[in-house]
Amino acid sequence: MTSNYQADHYVAPIDETPLLATDSVRTDQAPLSLWAEAWRKLRRRPLFIVSALLIVLLVVIALFPGLFTQVAPNDNCDLQFSDGAPTAGHPFGYTFQGCDVFSRVIHGTQASLSVGVLSVIFVLVIGVTLGALAGFFGGWLDAVIARLGDIFFALPLVLGALVITQLPFFKDNKSVWTVVMVIVLLAWPQMARITRGAVMEVRNADFVTAARSLGVSRMGSLLRHVLPNALAPIIVLATMELGVFIVAEATLSFLGIGLPGSVMSWGNDIAAAQPSLRTNPAVLLYPATALSITVLSFIMLGDALRDALDPKSRQR
Amino acid sequence: MKVPHMTTSKISVSEAGASDVKPLLEIRDLAISFATSGGEVQAVRNAHLTIMPGETVAIVGESGSGKSTTALAAIGLLPANGRVSGGQILLDGEDIAGAPEKRMIELRGNTIGMVPQDPMSNLNPVWKIGYQVRETLRANGRPDGPDDVARVLAEAGLPDAHRRAKQYPHEFSGGMRQRALIAIGLSCQPRLLIADEPTSALDVTVQRQILDHLDKMTTELGTSVLLITHDLGLAAERADKVVVMYRGNVVEAGPSLDLLRNPRHPYTQRLVASAPSLASRRIQVAKELGVESEDLLAPSEASPGAAFTGTTAQHRAQQGKDKPEEVLRVENLSKVFKLRSGIGRSADFTAVDSVSFGVKRGTTTAIVGESGSGKSTVAQMVLNLLPPTSGRIVFDGVDTATLNSREIFAFRRRVQPIFQDPYGSLDPMYNIFRTIEEPLRTHKVGNRASREKKVRELLDQVALPQSTMQRYPNELSGGQRQRVAVARALALDPEVIICDEAVSALDVLVQAQVLNLLADLQANLGLTYLFITHDLAVVRQIADHVCVMEKGRLVETGATDDVFDAPQQEYTKALLNAIPGASLMLPPEVATA
Repeated sequence: MTSNYQADHYVAPIDETPLLATDSVRTDQAPLSLWAEAWRKLRRRPLFIVSALLIVLLVVIALFPGLFTQVAPNDNCDLQFSDGAPTAGHPFGYTFQGCDVFSRVIHGTQASLSVGVLSVIFVLVIGVTLGALAGFFGGWLDAVIARLGDIFFALPLVLGALVITQLPFFKDNKSVWTVVMVIVLLAWPQMARITRGAVMEVRNADFVTAARSLGVSRMGSLLRHVLPNALAPIIVLATMELGVFIVAEATLSFLGIGLPGSVMSWGNDIAAAQPSLRTNPAVLLYPATALSITVLSFIMLGDALRDALDPKSRQR
Repeated sequence: MKVPHMTTSKISVSEAGASDVKPLLEIRDLAISFATSGGEVQAVRNAHLTIMPGETVAIVGESGSGKSTTALAAIGLLPANGRVSGGQILLDGEDIAGAPEKRMIELRGNTIGMVPQDPMSNLNPVWKIGYQVRETLRANGRPDGPDDVARVLAEAGLPDAHRRAKQYPHEFSGGMRQRALIAIGLSCQPRLLIADEPTSALDVTVQRQILDHLDKMTTELGTSVLLITHDLGLAAERADKVVVMYRGNVVEAGPSLDLLRNPRHPYTQRLVASAPSLASRRIQVAKELGVESEDLLAPSEASPGAAFTGTTAQHRAQQGKDKPEEVLRVENLSKVFKLRSGIGRSADFTAVDSVSFGVKRGTTTAIVGESGSGKSTVAQMVLNLLPPTSGRIVFDGVDTATLNSREIFAFRRRVQPIFQDPYGSLDPMYNIFRTIEEPLRTHKVGNRASREKKVRELLDQVALPQSTMQRYPNELSGGQRQRVAVARALALDPEVIICDEAVSALDVLVQAQVLNLLADLQANLGLTYLFITHDLAVVRQIADHVCVMEKGRLVETGATDDVFDAPQQEYTKALLNAIPGASLMLPPEVATA
């Protein structure tokens, strides 16, 4: 060839790109598990910080309502204050029955939160167990569990709850527990579905095959390898459902098929505020706002968790 | 040594005319940086390369070296967070590094074509092949009738192009899809074609066909090619010039043969020494320890100087002294899968068809085949994870089908697997200590303190620092994870290790490291390997015996050297010829320099 570029044999100066030992292990950083990594991502997100603070506040209110108000919610209701405007010591005013709104909102937190938390716990136990078994073993077990779930899945919450609460047992024993049972009965299939999908994704991973060829039993590999790796979507869904269940309780209570009137809850208070909606909307506003903030903080927390636990965003 | 591809392109250069040919593409001092959450990261620094009209230039480097990034910058398709932060990309003298998107759209397809890496994901599954070709033609203002589409596909070597154009991607094999992508890349007769690992997802024989055809087409059209590859042998065989990139820098560039024979930069020297396609002999660790090569086949006289670690290994070696017997024997093994082909109907698919072979203690037997040859199914059956349809697997004199569950548990201790995907085979929730400890815990070996001691020993054996114990798999590189997988497999002092494509996913240098480690361990512990791979070059480096499989059948078996030097079957010959760079095979003195 005439041109001289063919003969060029360029070599970079060696000090410019010094050779590294092939494949050396990083030792400059602390070890990082999945959870540690998620936490590092989370703690810098405003979404997480705000929602987590709100949830901590709500939990404290639910456990120690006495810290926030000295006024007993039911004892000194006086009809002379019916639908009264806020006064000193009663910042949110009075209900139709003349009870202190602020105190009722504070004391209502406990019922709402406990319905949410209890429902989520039972949904997790039932949904994760059935979903994991269906996803891991497949075959007829999967078919039976999937169809069973579909039956409950097809029932809208309110309609289903209307039917179930008319059963004599539920009619006679209205309490926090019956509301939880209704919600769990209608909500477990979604958790089972998510778990089933997550488990199916993991069950064929090489590390599960590796564990099996080490001699780990099928159940052992499900519990020790598959489930921990399928946990992320389950946690996200559980967080969001906590908020959803609190709304469900309020809806049922509002319709009169939820908590009995003797239990103080935001749903009951919203229902009780109906007659005075025109004259004193504030009575409705405060429990409704408390409900919204609670639901919002759980859904925001779920969102933040989803981003932090997203396997796609993990470094390899 | 002849290099046919160099001559062809030289002709086309001289055809292009004058002695003062101007470069088609010239990259000068290119710097590319990515904005990440951790700040600006420099992916490429000071890259420079020149492509003359009609010339083929290959960029070689390991993953993360910046080779693909450089090519993407040339066609203006950097990811949204990446930008050219310095230097020039001159196409025909025009700097396109900072060119507006409108200009780049004009250039793409017409002037610069691209063949992407993965044929499986780069065709849109919801559109017919013909439509996808027509889309390209139309976007570049070319005639786009059905005949034009068929002509483009036919030129890329797809027979019966009219009918093929009406099919969907899922009806095509991997090789056919790659041909369709080449057809799309070359449909508008660009002057420069960027081929990013165009064949790394394909079997070697298909790879050869595709590259031959690509060569032919680009020579006819006088197209310049920028070939991105991780395979030095392939680059040297196909390109006029090779550019070696390392950590974002061009470390060496030159005419391919010259670069291959006289690598000057230490990185290139390392790369040449490790390239499996260029090596011509087995890794002889034992020899260095003072053992004669015949002993590799019979570890009975294993060197007394070799370091035995476990007592089991010592015991085993003494046992081996008396009888170098077959530890594993596979007889007429078959596996038939039922494929559902409609309600109530099913078709039989014979994945493994009456395969027989034996594995001697302390040796390495490789099963080689292309995808779909049934080699991995054999591995699954030998591991007792999949029941055979017929035939026997005899391990240490016992038919594994007759084992009860307790005996299978004991069998698992003696036969361990290492899998292909270093990212998938370690549980991401387990730290390295728990991962390696798991087999010991499962088999209730020792107490916590003794298990920890054993884990530390194992990490030493696979040359990982003991501080790795507290880390998680996502903090390790592919090669390190594979070494952890080796350590886990070794934890129970197994006799046989089944390596299912254990090094296929690794970069060349790391692959060489792991192969050396495996050879070391074999020499020291008297291990027996059954090595499943598609890569004949790797077979040559590690195996004593080789079984070639094609479509479920065993077509040829024999000692590795015999098979490589005098292959008996057409299929084996085709496989051997398809190893890229085989014709450039270097004498060992160079390869070990």
